[in-house]
Amino acid sequence: MGEQFCTFSIHGLYFGIEVGQVQEVMQHRTTEPVPLSPHVVEGLINLRGQIVTAIDLRRRLGFPEREKSVSPMHVVVRTNDGSVSLLVDEIGDVIEVDDAIFEPPPESLQGMARELILGAYKLNEKLLLVLNMEKTVDLSAAA
Amino acid sequence: MSEMDEIIKEFLVEGNDHLDRLDNDFVAIEQNPTDRPLLSSIFRSIHTIKGGAGLLGFTKLEKLTHAGESLLALLRDGKLILTSEMTTTLLAMVDAVRKMFMALADTGNDGSENYPDLIERLAALQQKPSSNTSPEKAGNANNVNVAESSESVPHSSQVFETTQNLASVSPDPIIVKVEGGATPPQPSGEVHKESNAHGVTDTAIRVDVSLLDKLMNLAGELVLARNHVLQFASKLDDGGFQASIQRINQITSELREGVMKTRMQPIGNIWGKFPRIVRDLAKACGKQVALEMDGEKTELDKTLIEAIRDPLTHLIRNAVDHGIETPEVRRGKGKPSEGRLTLRAYHEGGQVNIEIIDDGGGIDPNKIFNKAVEKGLLSADQKGKMDEREMLNLIFLAGFSTAEKVTNVSGRGVGMDVVKTNIEKIGGTIDIVSKMNKGSTFRLKIPLTLAIIPALTVSCGKSCYAIPQLNVVELLRLNGDSLHNAIEMFQDVPVYRLRGKLLPIVNLNTILDNPAKSEKPMGLNIVVMRADEKPFGMIVDEIIDTQEIVVKPLSQQLKDVPIYAGATMMGDGKIALILDVLNIAQVTKIVGKMRDRAVIDKEENNINVSQQHQSLLLIRGRDDGRIVIPLSIVARLEEFPVTAVEWSGSQAAIQYRGEIIPLIHLSEILPERRREVRHLDQNAATTFVQDRIQAIVYSKNGRTVGIIVEKVLDIVDESHTLQKAGARQGVIGTMVIQDRLAEVLDVEEIVSMAIPDFFLSDRKMAKEQGPTEVMLGH
Repeated sequence: MGEQFCTFSIHGLYFGIEVGQVQEVMQHRTTEPVPLSPHVVEGLINLRGQIVTAIDLRRRLGFPEREKSVSPMHVVVRTNDGSVSLLVDEIGDVIEVDDAIFEPPPESLQGMARELILGAYKLNEKLLLVLNMEKTVDLSAAA
Repeated sequence: MSEMDEIIKEFLVEGNDHLDRLDNDFVAIEQNPTDRPLLSSIFRSIHTIKGGAGLLGFTKLEKLTHAGESLLALLRDGKLILTSEMTTTLLAMVDAVRKMFMALADTGNDGSENYPDLIERLAALQQKPSSNTSPEKAGNANNVNVAESSESVPHSSQVFETTQNLASVSPDPIIVKVEGGATPPQPSGEVHKESNAHGVTDTAIRVDVSLLDKLMNLAGELVLARNHVLQFASKLDDGGFQASIQRINQITSELREGVMKTRMQPIGNIWGKFPRIVRDLAKACGKQVALEMDGEKTELDKTLIEAIRDPLTHLIRNAVDHGIETPEVRRGKGKPSEGRLTLRAYHEGGQVNIEIIDDGGGIDPNKIFNKAVEKGLLSADQKGKMDEREMLNLIFLAGFSTAEKVTNVSGRGVGMDVVKTNIEKIGGTIDIVSKMNKGSTFRLKIPLTLAIIPALTVSCGKSCYAIPQLNVVELLRLNGDSLHNAIEMFQDVPVYRLRGKLLPIVNLNTILDNPAKSEKPMGLNIVVMRADEKPFGMIVDEIIDTQEIVVKPLSQQLKDVPIYAGATMMGDGKIALILDVLNIAQVTKIVGKMRDRAVIDKEENNINVSQQHQSLLLIRGRDDGRIVIPLSIVARLEEFPVTAVEWSGSQAAIQYRGEIIPLIHLSEILPERRREVRHLDQNAATTFVQDRIQAIVYSKNGRTVGIIVEKVLDIVDESHTLQKAGARQGVIGTMVIQDRLAEVLDVEEIVSMAIPDFFLSDRKMAKEQGPTEVMLGH
């Protein structure tokens, strides 16, 4: 028995979101900045006529800023409130994992990242960190 | 199975319609217990529901409605007279039916409650003879019932005492069926037939709200697409093409309007509940309240109606609970025992106005103020700075409740601020006016539609922003000469003088925290906007266009940024943020500042300058003396750096709007009036010591002079009496202003004293000058 995850990497770490929660992934496109918005909000994007908020996952997870030369990718997720786009470094494959190898969040992960991770799958070469999607897009708790 | 679902769904929709009608019918029949046609109508509604329930096998519902129907049959046939207790019990039945409907919608069966007590009460009431003894005893039971009517099964042991034996009263399912058989045949179509008989439903059609939402969205997308096409259209010159575009343009607008209309609902739809709420509440509080509703046909978009349902309910409950006094208190005040609560709705200026007016005790602004201070919401010394209206508005602050007794009905300190927030969320405003012992009026203003609005698009930096046309008053463009000194500083608020009014100015770039520009602008674009009735001006980089935009709400992550009301897509796909004008006013403290500076109000009130009331400019003179000049003769108030002053021989001068004008120093011209100087004020030594100079620009006959003053203190506007006794050279007389003696300047004389030929030599070159000057006392 396993789940399928849409994977991506940020700051050298490997993350996954359940495939059912992901609407689409896409190349970077221009975001319209929103002055005075929370720092983690990168801006708004035009997604086939819909206005979608883009959240920079690096900032959200408390990681350092992306290099200017690197173009982020968008992972558009379905939330209770509509679609939200998450900015990540690189998109990975859709993989299937075995529940048996699921573990609680590793000790080495601290801070905001730890709060937003549900747990991890111990794969052969690396850890797949499972992102708590609803909590990630919920900025109301974040000061 | 889904066909059954459809049937149940339709049963519920029509059933709920019946219930809503019944709420009002019962309140009406209570006022008029012998209204036969109304009783018949009520009977038919219950009968219909019972019939449907029986048909669909909802036995609990059937039993309950049967009990009510039996009682109603007796009432309809005149065998019993309707008492208050009966009304209350029947209303309790309506509530129970409503609960069953909810259970039906959720689970597909009519819930687990049998309501045996309620059924017994209904049956018991049928046994009562139509004498007058029962209402009295019922009187006590009444209060008990009402308080519990919101619960499902009231325990009314008192009533049981007054009724006879109950054994004979238990409803028998078999009897129900027989009765069911005795009434006209009930084919599955009966539910529909009855409903047709009930109203003018033939010309109306039921449509799912989600379908309307979809249509609304499509209409919105069409508007956007049309805007996009229009952009191309302007570049192509084909006549035939232009004509087609125009046609599409027109059709889109009409389609949009039509779709909007489908979503418009009369406000009476939510008002429908209020008579019942007021009745129940008044009874619970021991008050008498007559509810009057005016303007039920006023239409609002469905989403807006939903949004104001709760706030309105809260305000109504407040008015009954806290506003209207008990009959004894009212009689003591010489008012009729019955309080009057009026709901009024009407369209005005692109908005829907809703007023809730009560003739109750009114709200005491001082009490509110003190309570706010008590709760630490503001400090006591603010009192002098607030007027009555502002004090009353304090009730909208979070954490506020002055009710002596916090009832479970309203007023737990969370009510009013939530009301205000909900109203503002949909772009509306709420205001309160109150007079002690006379009553209070709450006035709500709601924009007519939400989704597609005309807006002004502007740009700041690289981004575009949209301002709802509703908030835009006018556009100003300042360039060239007028730009240089256009913005004056008045009591540390930047202002622009617009046709005699002082308009506070804000800069959108500053609000957005954009980096400051290095080059000075060639011109200034100012959008004059109105929030909360007070206009102010906002500087933007460029004004783009006026167009219809589709309002898209911001997502949860951005909802809390106060200055935005939503976002939209421009014709070219670029995203523009929609500005929330009220919030911008609040964020920049314009609203607050404008209230603090009552002078600006007074200044505005002087648009029609009458002879009696002169606006006077109050100036601090030499050695802290006071000098006044009629504002009307002042061309401008200017401020410039001391470095701008140039010298021509011994005459100071300055470049001003392309000419060089002489500067005269008032303190030096006006001889010292007092023998002993009050105190030596270091600051007043000479203004040239300071960095900046304040000057009054005075013009006549084409000549301009700048009169340097120590400091402009204030603009006052009251009618003052001029005492000629204090007159001397350069001074017409004296007045007492703000408790100080002030000298009224004779400006012409002062100017002549400084520049003797100011008025003489230019008579030959007399040009058309502006408004005639009004001098005091001449």
